[in-house]
Amino acid sequence: MHASNKDIMARLQMDILPLQGFRPPASDRAASMGLGPVEAAFPTGHFPTGAVHEWMSDTAEQSAATQGFLSALLGKLLLQGGACIWIGTARTLFPSALAAFGVAAERLIFIDLRREKDILWAMEEALQCEGLAAVVGECRDIDLTASRRLQLAVEHSRVTGLLLRHQPRHKNAVASVARWKVSPLPSVIEDGLPGVGFPRWEVQLLKVRNGRPGKWQVEWSAGQFHILAPVMPASLHEPQRKTG
Amino acid sequence: MHRRFMTIWFRHLTTDWLAIRQPALRQIPFVLAENVHGRKVITAANILAQRQGIDCGMVVADARAIFPSLEVLDDVPDRAEKLLMALARWTVRYTPVTAIDPPDGLILEVTGCAHLWGGEAAYLQEITTRLATLGYDVRAAMAGTIGAAWAMSRFGQGELIAHGGSESTALLNLPPAALRLSPEILDRLHPLGLNRLHYLIAMPRAALRRRFGPELLLQLDRALGRVEEMIQPVEPPVQYRERLPCLEPIATRTGIEIALSRLLDTLCHRLQSEEKGLRTAAFTCHKLDGKAASIAIGTHYPSHRAAHLYKLFEEKIASLAPDPGIELFTLEAPVVEDCPPGQIMLWKESGGVADPRVAELLDRLAGKMGESGIHRYLPDEHYWPERSIKLASSLQELPSIPWPADRPRPIRLLKAPVQIGVTAPIPDYPPMLFRYLGKVHRIKKADGPERIEQEWWLEKGPRRDYYQVEDEEGQRYWIFRSGPYKADQSNQWFLHGFFA
Repeated sequence: MHASNKDIMARLQMDILPLQGFRPPASDRAASMGLGPVEAAFPTGHFPTGAVHEWMSDTAEQSAATQGFLSALLGKLLLQGGACIWIGTARTLFPSALAAFGVAAERLIFIDLRREKDILWAMEEALQCEGLAAVVGECRDIDLTASRRLQLAVEHSRVTGLLLRHQPRHKNAVASVARWKVSPLPSVIEDGLPGVGFPRWEVQLLKVRNGRPGKWQVEWSAGQFHILAPVMPASLHEPQRKTG
Repeated sequence: MHRRFMTIWFRHLTTDWLAIRQPALRQIPFVLAENVHGRKVITAANILAQRQGIDCGMVVADARAIFPSLEVLDDVPDRAEKLLMALARWTVRYTPVTAIDPPDGLILEVTGCAHLWGGEAAYLQEITTRLATLGYDVRAAMAGTIGAAWAMSRFGQGELIAHGGSESTALLNLPPAALRLSPEILDRLHPLGLNRLHYLIAMPRAALRRRFGPELLLQLDRALGRVEEMIQPVEPPVQYRERLPCLEPIATRTGIEIALSRLLDTLCHRLQSEEKGLRTAAFTCHKLDGKAASIAIGTHYPSHRAAHLYKLFEEKIASLAPDPGIELFTLEAPVVEDCPPGQIMLWKESGGVADPRVAELLDRLAGKMGESGIHRYLPDEHYWPERSIKLASSLQELPSIPWPADRPRPIRLLKAPVQIGVTAPIPDYPPMLFRYLGKVHRIKKADGPERIEQEWWLEKGPRRDYYQVEDEEGQRYWIFRSGPYKADQSNQWFLHGFFA
């Protein structure tokens, strides 16, 4: 029976995951984001919905790349119905651009607040609403306690929370399921034709709870993600401090 | 149901009001006067002045001759009307429909109200006592018609309530002036000895019409209930309104919360049974001192869910000042829309933004942060980027045109274009490099131009030639040249957005 030790460990691990916020999506809502190897980096093997994700960006260009990648994800999330709420103080997202990422922009509701500290309150309130598919919050700084409150809210409602942290003052640990970073990459044009190619990004998973961080090159074309040749980062096997 | 009316006659409306504000005036005879053609004419006299034989219409000099130490105060022309309006609002605790009857009366429609106070006599007594406590000298009467109630309150002796159908008996012994007739008709009636209404009631109508005109007959018919008389309520009647009077004045938050939830339950039950939902609601507390405090909410979707509406009101309860105690709560829903029960399921399947759960979330957010921060955009038929989107008017509104997907648009659009320095521009092609925030970006790839003309019928200004450019690091920008190309390199270039 010593061979079953491994099975027991695996089963226990699967029991622990839901307690940490990785709940398998309901069968009718299970849909792949089409991100292949990126999704494989998560312990459950697919993009965790009903959890809080964190997106870091340092420059305006990175922020644009992040919003593009995120819009493409939103398009996939909204396929299963619901609406999306986008909360921020200085919003620059241009709704006309969203059609290119497969998002029907009329299903986005923007909450433009005057004060930074209202964002977390509004986000928590929105994350409790089951009629939504996702809530995006442009929140520069968030502490661990506040992020735990968001995590608790999504555990009940199964809404996906996306925290956009542009130029955070402290890159502190928060209770998120993953920390992403998206940077722009030069696009590629066939045979030296003029023009600009499809959007291409370097997608980094800086932290994944119980998963494997990594770095991928992703292109968005024809309404799908295309994963290009994987880049193996040196820091891949560096132990990650668990958060939350 | 027979309609019932009550009229209240304020015998010394303006002088009583002044005496309430300045108690010293209660002890002395005083009058109000205004200038008419250079003479001071008395417009109101208090009861002590009247006992001295001073009355309205006298000249102040004559009155002073009768009573030399008479106090004379200036009258404000529309004060009486303002006072009546305030008093009419005060009567909301007794009936929802009140009209003013200038210069010195109120008309209340009290159909179905009196039984709440234990009968008509007790109801009448309650109102007159309350007004007397405030300091007003009033006479009130109740009858099945406005005319009869008016006559009894002004001229009636003894009985002040005419029960259904007995209006004519109550009127028989009153003078013709009780019919609210013009002075000319009264002057003609008087020499004929027609000084009691029973003479008039017994006369043939044709004779009355011939001798006194239609006005006399109309007022007689109104008093007897043969012709219906309309009144203009001070507060327009709201169809969805609930009231909750309190036995004891309430001044605590808990008390207000209980009252609010009870009223909401009643109102929502009624809305639900009629398949309606409210869009706006106001909760008003009428206080002991005659003042009222009110809080209002609005919803994004017709709602009859008491729990949700309670939550919206709850945020604002703190702004109510209950002192010195609340004696009546009212809840009204001025804007109500259809809300068929099947609709909720339909939206759930389509899962759009019009989901009631989303609407309820937006109500909560709007309650806390204000309505102005909530935006939803639809495509608009303009190429000019700033005008290519418009605000949606409601959660239900759908795009009238599809979102344009054929032209590149940046994911981040700056609120206003930022001017950039460029080098080596080539006609009909973007520059070789540009400077933005102190950093030089060498352009490696570019797409364009996309020429967007200014819509001259909306705004004047140069056209824009937009280029999508990518620098050596792969960062993508949306830049434009304002106006046509100029060989002397004086063109202005702007950065307007960032592509993903």
